[in-house]
Amino acid sequence: MLDFELLFLVGLKVLFALLMIGAVMTMAGYSVLAERKVSAWMQGRVGPNRTVLPFVEYIPFLGPYLKKMGIFQPLADGLKFLFKEEIIPGHVNKFYYNLAPIVALVPALTTMVVLPFGEFFTSDGESIPLMLADLEVGILFILAISSLGVYGIVLAGWSSNSKYPFLGSIRSSAQMISYELAMGLSLLPVFLWVSEPGTGAMGLSLVDIVHSQGNAPWLLLVQPLSALIFLIALFAETNRLPFDMPESETDLVGGFHTEYGGFKFGIFFVAEYAHIVVGSAIFTIIFLGGWHFLPWVADPWPSTWVGTLIGIGWFLAKTIFLIFFFIWIRWTLPRFRYDQVMNLGWTKLLPLALLNLIFYVLLVTWIDQPAS
Amino acid sequence: MNAVDLLFYFFATLAVGGGVLMVFSRHPVSAALFMIISLVSVAALFVLLEAFFLAILQVLVYAGAVMVLFLFIIMLLDVGPEGGKVSRLKLITGFAGCVSVGILIILLLQLFGTGIGDNSSWPSIEMSPYVNGESLLFSTSIKNFGYGLFTKYMLPLQVAGFLLLGAMVGVIVLSKKSLPTEER
Repeated sequence: MLDFELLFLVGLKVLFALLMIGAVMTMAGYSVLAERKVSAWMQGRVGPNRTVLPFVEYIPFLGPYLKKMGIFQPLADGLKFLFKEEIIPGHVNKFYYNLAPIVALVPALTTMVVLPFGEFFTSDGESIPLMLADLEVGILFILAISSLGVYGIVLAGWSSNSKYPFLGSIRSSAQMISYELAMGLSLLPVFLWVSEPGTGAMGLSLVDIVHSQGNAPWLLLVQPLSALIFLIALFAETNRLPFDMPESETDLVGGFHTEYGGFKFGIFFVAEYAHIVVGSAIFTIIFLGGWHFLPWVADPWPSTWVGTLIGIGWFLAKTIFLIFFFIWIRWTLPRFRYDQVMNLGWTKLLPLALLNLIFYVLLVTWIDQPAS
Repeated sequence: MNAVDLLFYFFATLAVGGGVLMVFSRHPVSAALFMIISLVSVAALFVLLEAFFLAILQVLVYAGAVMVLFLFIIMLLDVGPEGGKVSRLKLITGFAGCVSVGILIILLLQLFGTGIGDNSSWPSIEMSPYVNGESLLFSTSIKNFGYGLFTKYMLPLQVAGFLLLGAMVGVIVLSKKSLPTEER
């Protein structure tokens, strides 16, 4: 029967999972604020600077500064979404209309299960990765779960029974299927490189790939082309601006969530930003060395809990920079036309990824050939 | 009965129930969603067997790619609850149904008729020559899958690859046939 120790372990895991969800959702909320602030700075505006909790304003020096930064804006936005009237248009398919936001949010929150974000050192000097579940096939898990994210958009567009959402969801499913392929292919040479004989790393584990970058060049420097293809595919998969076909405002009103309002729209919104946060974390883990310091430099911090904390902070700093990069690109580049997106995916990115794979297969074979 | 058994019964019920509901649901979109539930439950069963790689491939290929395309086509053709054209090949449909039910019955008879506890008909997994032959140790790690695929099962792998290539070329030929000479 259920013993107490098992129950305790399960409870601990649930607690860790809740903490992680809290962290990612907070980052998603604050990347919305970052989006507004950064876009404001880029366009010579000020951005949100009025929202403030009562009394915080009267704290000397710090209070007005927090107000100016709009720190409390995500809180107000969330409450606004929560307290708005839920309007369900008469022409929608109710069950699927309500189901779609849930289906959109669940994959975005599930992929974080296999994300390693730091390492902990035991008293023997052995390092234990900090993550919820250490899967041997972590990267495949992420690819599999994120490929389920398209269902939310498809269902939202279809159940709305309206032209623009429908067009948006058709575009999005075609785009996601197209770029998934290039994304998977761009990761193959990376894992081929990491698991070459003699390096000790084996298989598709995300922990091994971070360890392989400690005191060694980052994989971004070893495989710049793979990183570029992965980054482009990541933009397409998260529906960010050069590729935001599903919700391009100028030709599709609001895209797949045109008929949504209130908290359901909020869930779609948060899911999109959660995808960006998790995607940035994955790029950091695979190409930017995870929690390791700099390329070719050993971690300068000690192998204790202090080092663990600094490592996590360093990992977060890289992730936050990538989120900023996402925002930066959004307010810099214009949107592609739909046929251009498809053209880029199938006739440029896919052959390039294949060539990249073949090149690295030959290179790894040449490096690894036994000296005769 | 421990927790794993409970989880097995939960996901097995979900898989079979999803399959049955998929057959009986009137609306194509509901049918597709029930099929996704069924496929994901089968993936969960693989997880209970600690075959994580198979589970992930199940989700990645079937739920993530094949069913997205199904849903895409259903939505694009806008098939309503009345379904598309009802198949006129009643005879073939009936025949196929009879054959599959027959196979199911034979399998069930095989399962219950020979006695589950009998070791002679159900060898334990370490004894079976299928999983332990020719130094191919039975394991669920991906390295073993790769090793098996590129040594013992190289020919079937290549044949399957060529089959898929043939299907792809066939689709391109068929879909390009009706187009007049391009004027771009």
